[in-house]
Amino acid sequence: MSDPARPTSTAAETPRKSASTEAVVPRPSTENVHRRRRAHRKHRGVGMIWSALAWIVGLGFFFPVLWMVLTAFKHEREAYTDPPTLLFTPTLDQFQAVLGSGMGLTLLNSAFATAVSTACVLALGIPAAFALSLRPVKRTQDVLFFFISTKMLPIVAVIIPLYVIVNEIGMLDNIWALIVLYTAMNLPIAIWMMRSFFLEVPPELLEAASMDGASLATAVRRVILPLVSPGIAATALICVIFSWNEFFFAVNLTAVRAQTAPVSLVGFITGEGLFWARLSAASTLAALPVVIAGWIAQNKLVRGLSFGAIK
Amino acid sequence: MAEIAYKSASCIYEGTDTPAVDRLTLEIEDGEFVVLVGPSGSGKSTALRMLAGLEDIDEGTITINGTDMVGVPSKDRDIAMVFQNYALYPNMTVAENMGFALKMRGLAKDERRRKVERAAQLLDLTEMLDRKPAKLSGGQRQRVAMGRAIVREPQVFCMDEPLSNLDAKLRVQTRTQIAALQRRLGATTVYVTHDQVEAMTMGDRVAVLKDGLLQQFATPTELYDSPVNAFVAGFIGSPAMNLVSAPVTSEGVKLGGTTLPLERDQLAELHEHGLTSATVGLRPEQLEVAHPGEGVDVRIDLVEELGSDSYVHAHLTADDTGEPATLVARSHSRTPGRLGETIAFRKSHGPVHVFHPETGQRLAA
Repeated sequence: MSDPARPTSTAAETPRKSASTEAVVPRPSTENVHRRRRAHRKHRGVGMIWSALAWIVGLGFFFPVLWMVLTAFKHEREAYTDPPTLLFTPTLDQFQAVLGSGMGLTLLNSAFATAVSTACVLALGIPAAFALSLRPVKRTQDVLFFFISTKMLPIVAVIIPLYVIVNEIGMLDNIWALIVLYTAMNLPIAIWMMRSFFLEVPPELLEAASMDGASLATAVRRVILPLVSPGIAATALICVIFSWNEFFFAVNLTAVRAQTAPVSLVGFITGEGLFWARLSAASTLAALPVVIAGWIAQNKLVRGLSFGAIK
Repeated sequence: MAEIAYKSASCIYEGTDTPAVDRLTLEIEDGEFVVLVGPSGSGKSTALRMLAGLEDIDEGTITINGTDMVGVPSKDRDIAMVFQNYALYPNMTVAENMGFALKMRGLAKDERRRKVERAAQLLDLTEMLDRKPAKLSGGQRQRVAMGRAIVREPQVFCMDEPLSNLDAKLRVQTRTQIAALQRRLGATTVYVTHDQVEAMTMGDRVAVLKDGLLQQFATPTELYDSPVNAFVAGFIGSPAMNLVSAPVTSEGVKLGGTTLPLERDQLAELHEHGLTSATVGLRPEQLEVAHPGEGVDVRIDLVEELGSDSYVHAHLTADDTGEPATLVARSHSRTPGRLGETIAFRKSHGPVHVFHPETGQRLAA
């Protein structure tokens, strides 16, 4: 603010503002137009090179995925041919075989562990993120650091004590052991992520709601949550991906009953020799839920945080 | 509808020693429009938020209609607030924004709709009822924020710099609209601003705050005519009052080689305090431009042309004070003088304000 003893007067400023005349924009000369056009053409050339490069890199990343999906629909003998067969009659044999060999149960286990742990993460993480953003408390920074510090230790370093503990309480090969671990694994990231979304919400909204007679719970449910729901969807998606793809805990702490899809995939490599088509079918099945979850969440993400509260 | 009383109310933020609001005592009458004004950090917003229940009352108390508000959550105080950034709910339409408080109160849907429509008509928002705040202009959002407050028919309106996000022209226009609306609704209103023009034009009474302390609580004309201290004198009025420290003589004060006569009681009080110098205050409109030798000789530093008037900034040619004293005069002439020219300022009307050189307190009336 300017010198408090001399507050600026709006009344005194107004006539000045209206006195300023519109600037006269000169028409561009022909020479200028030519120069600009040349620059534009040059610009476009560079742009084409970049987009070609982007396509090449993008296809490079996507190709193995495409190859996997294609192979999943082949017979085993077509999967080995060199040069590769591009024209073939698609078959669902491999999918039938995969599901028949017990992968169905592992997919269900994965789905259950993912859904329950993500729900737990949101149930615990949303209040935590709220407390660490809109209602900051003493030592907020310390708490945040504590959360992220739990991610600093490599999982390999804790797997032996974890195994011992899980064994002692008789939870080996039990899906609930994985649910607890996945919740703990994703919670710090979820809190950090959601906190950044909560920070975008102007704190005056909570105050306005409380002036309007809403309790804190109502204000959060009616005003805050609708605003941060895209952020919550993004966070949930990350949690789903991480838990669905988690391998290390699952391979060490489960055997038969609680085995998850990533662990069962390994079975197709080592146990039954190399069956490319069948492995591809299993991998496709394992990848599909994440792709679907991403696609569902995307619709919500694209809507974005459209704020109109401020100014 | 409501009488408000601050009784030595203080607010101390955690981790600070000096209170943001220090033993504030104010009595606001029913239906009154009171403006809290002050520079940033003066505690005016905090004082308002204490009334609204958004800030704790650490010492003293605030009563509304005699009821103690300490410990009463804001949702139970029946106060509507207009925020500086409006704080509209972005996920709700204009109608839902305005009807939210009524919904919280459990009003039936058709009655809610009726009240919202009536308020919308009053504020010219009928066309926008189904739009989201993001689709509105700044002025429209400001009106929605007002509408959200008035639809509730609350005991008290609190407004925290509601015009500061509008452009200058719209601000002046909205200023009159809010003042007129308040007179019509007759609701007790507490309005915070840092703009003394807003304070002077809108308030029935104005409370000037500085560093958490109330300086003066009076009507706009009283603030203008008899400020209690040099701070209020310098804060109220635009351009600000000329405040110059000058040596005291037997008939008045010495200013630029000439003597500015003072009233007898002012001189008496100066002598009573044994003061050899005083801070004297003259409003720019109390000075008129004259030929050299007809008053205090000054050299022109700057002329601000406003069309109707001009402000002449100048410094004293003969300096008795040691520090370079500059003065501003309001002139009705469009050509009061050129830059660097020597002219004179002459006192035209009204009394000279005299303040204690150290405490800044007003001396005599």
